[in-house]
Amino acid sequence: AVMRGVPQLLSRARLVRAGFSASEPVLAVQAGILQPDKFTQTFVQIRGLKSSKVIYQAPLTAVDIADSGKQLKQELEAIVGPGNVSSGESVVLQHGQDEGPHPGKSPDIVVFPSSTGEVSEVCKICTRHNVPIIPYGTGTGLEGGISAVEGGVCVNVSKNMNKILQIHQEDFSAVVQPGISREMLNQEMRADGLWFPVDPGADASVCGMCATGASGTNAVRYGTMKENCLNLEVVLADGRIIHTAGIGSRPKKSSAGYNLTSLFLGSEGTLGIITSATICLHAIPESVAAAVVGFPTVQNAVDTVVMTLQCSVPMARMELLDEVQMKACNEYSGLSYPETPHLFLEFHGSESEVESQTETVRDIAADNEGGEFQWAVQQEDRTKLWTARHRAYYADIALRPGCRSLTTDVCVPVSALPDLVTATKADIAENGLIGPMVGHVGDGNFHTMLLFDPADPEEFRKCKEVANKMARSAIALGGTCTGEHGVGQGKMALLEEQFGKDGIDVMRQIKGALDPQQLMNPGKVFSRN
Amino acid sequence: MALKVLVGCKRVIDYAVKIRIKPDKLGVVTEGVKHSMNPFDEIAVEEAMRMKERKLVNEIIVVSCGPAQAMETIRTALAMGADRGIHVEIPLDQMDTFQPLHVSKVLAKLAEKEKVDIVMLGKLAIDDDSNQTAQMTASLLDWPQGVFASKIDKTDAGLEIIREVDGGLETIRTTLPAVLSADLRLNEPRYATLPNIMKAKKKKVDKMTPADLGVDMAPRIQIVSVEDPPVREAGQTVADVDDLVAKLKEKGFSSA
Repeated sequence: AVMRGVPQLLSRARLVRAGFSASEPVLAVQAGILQPDKFTQTFVQIRGLKSSKVIYQAPLTAVDIADSGKQLKQELEAIVGPGNVSSGESVVLQHGQDEGPHPGKSPDIVVFPSSTGEVSEVCKICTRHNVPIIPYGTGTGLEGGISAVEGGVCVNVSKNMNKILQIHQEDFSAVVQPGISREMLNQEMRADGLWFPVDPGADASVCGMCATGASGTNAVRYGTMKENCLNLEVVLADGRIIHTAGIGSRPKKSSAGYNLTSLFLGSEGTLGIITSATICLHAIPESVAAAVVGFPTVQNAVDTVVMTLQCSVPMARMELLDEVQMKACNEYSGLSYPETPHLFLEFHGSESEVESQTETVRDIAADNEGGEFQWAVQQEDRTKLWTARHRAYYADIALRPGCRSLTTDVCVPVSALPDLVTATKADIAENGLIGPMVGHVGDGNFHTMLLFDPADPEEFRKCKEVANKMARSAIALGGTCTGEHGVGQGKMALLEEQFGKDGIDVMRQIKGALDPQQLMNPGKVFSRN
Repeated sequence: MALKVLVGCKRVIDYAVKIRIKPDKLGVVTEGVKHSMNPFDEIAVEEAMRMKERKLVNEIIVVSCGPAQAMETIRTALAMGADRGIHVEIPLDQMDTFQPLHVSKVLAKLAEKEKVDIVMLGKLAIDDDSNQTAQMTASLLDWPQGVFASKIDKTDAGLEIIREVDGGLETIRTTLPAVLSADLRLNEPRYATLPNIMKAKKKKVDKMTPADLGVDMAPRIQIVSVEDPPVREAGQTVADVDDLVAKLKEKGFSSA
């Protein structure tokens, strides 16, 4: 396909400087530039006789730039309405920055579509103008996934597309638009005996959770987003709308066609925009009991977890908080636990099931020098406990006001957990850092919040080093460099290490097939080549 | 000596719904809109359940006044653990004139009929914010009242109640029987689970009308109009501090 735009024949000298052979025929196309004083990108497409290659080039002269940007905005306004297109400073700023430590880049324009049809038209316009498309849900990610590294149009699908389309109580499934967050969904169903158990710390958009392959404290029993998504409605860069498991399909299983749902889950907006998700619901358990138990060392706590899993106890939640995290939570959330490593546990089931589960786990904990179990059974006591756990990130930053946190997120086979956790703690201590540790140890997944002073690049460098070392150890132990946060920008190099060149090349080929102009959330997950 | 509790539940528009005024400006749109149990009534049911679990209470009767759909609210309360229900049927077209005084008279009659020891209500309903029913019910029955309760304990002589008041917390003691109303921090209600929702379908619910209880339904209050709050005006951006100060002076917020 020929790229549209303002064609310009580049001088040979310029091409040679950019690294091309002087004998290759060239057609240089200027991409849609959005603001006269701010270049986003320029594509240079080389159509040789034998091959075509897409490379990056520094901006060319600003020919027809002002018109091109105004034109784009007008076309977008015609689709979503003038009130739903903004390039206001605070709006674009908010839409380029997520909750992670990486400073985000603002998009040029933010649009707020109100339907899947509008999203499709927006994508067609952006494709025509050759302008990047960045999907946006709640902006609660941690890996810079929404940062508009090459500028472009941010498509905020949560503001106006905020309906629960269907709830099928007897089939335990629901269909939701991007504006529905997990807490909104649970509030809606609270009187019906159903809940949606995937609970990352933030009150994230359910569709956004699909895009990042999110997980949470309940994954050990109820699974992650990947196990709880039946179907996705996705808009591709060229505007095509597809249903990954079939149009309107929501059976519990299917052998029909390629598993496109799996492909888009965790694709972090690089393959398409998710405009609705069909997800699995679960029954609210009859009996719920939470307990907190302290251990002298992290090793003791992790050994307890490993043994509990080996006994096939169907734990609902198994969270590790090390002594630094306990201190942070005590101070921030008004708890008063001893500052030693703790496990926060939750048991779900019928009354008799919960009783027998707790007996088993109490014995295992005692064998590993665990202390007394402290129980929380009433709703408000359990809420207090898990809120404190979910606020761990904020509690950690409060340890050192003004600091930010580089949050790691590795996941290893459970048997490798004790060694990795101990080695990491040693590494943190050696580097003189503060790194509270908290994790879904039941999945072999844990996080370290490495605190750094944003004004101290050396400290940030050390944090990055420790984080990288952790991720690489995890890969070496048969794990993954990211258990639930996604790759975003920060872990692209690690992804290469985990998959090898051929693995990443296959990803590149798939992306090339679905997004030939490389417009969907550029600069994320893996590099162009 | 275990107590018998009558808990009142009201079916209201769900708190998360965006309210719209009816064209006739005499009320809000309720048709096709999500309804649920008044959140303070959920807290009341939960408190009754906790007292039952502590063996202070041996029977919880839940009552709701309203049209056919009020049954949903009763079933939710039964799913939370109430033992049986009473549905006082009010036809839909009479709901507009059905007011807290009528509810209080119904509850007072039921309290006597069922010989209960405690009438437990939510402190107010989120649709009309009246905060009258518990107080009027206590007055009609000539029973002591413990309203805005944030903690309820049993004593030998009756109840000790901590109330949330503007100045802080007030502790009172009452004899039994008494009328109580639940405030926000009394507890966090449990969720209805599917097995309990299924069991609730089999629990007994008696039906009756206000007339059966000898309650006259004539309204004492007439709604004159219901209006939206004024639309928020656009703000004005100011260029700098001097501009801000000038504007404040101009509007009369600052003296020269």
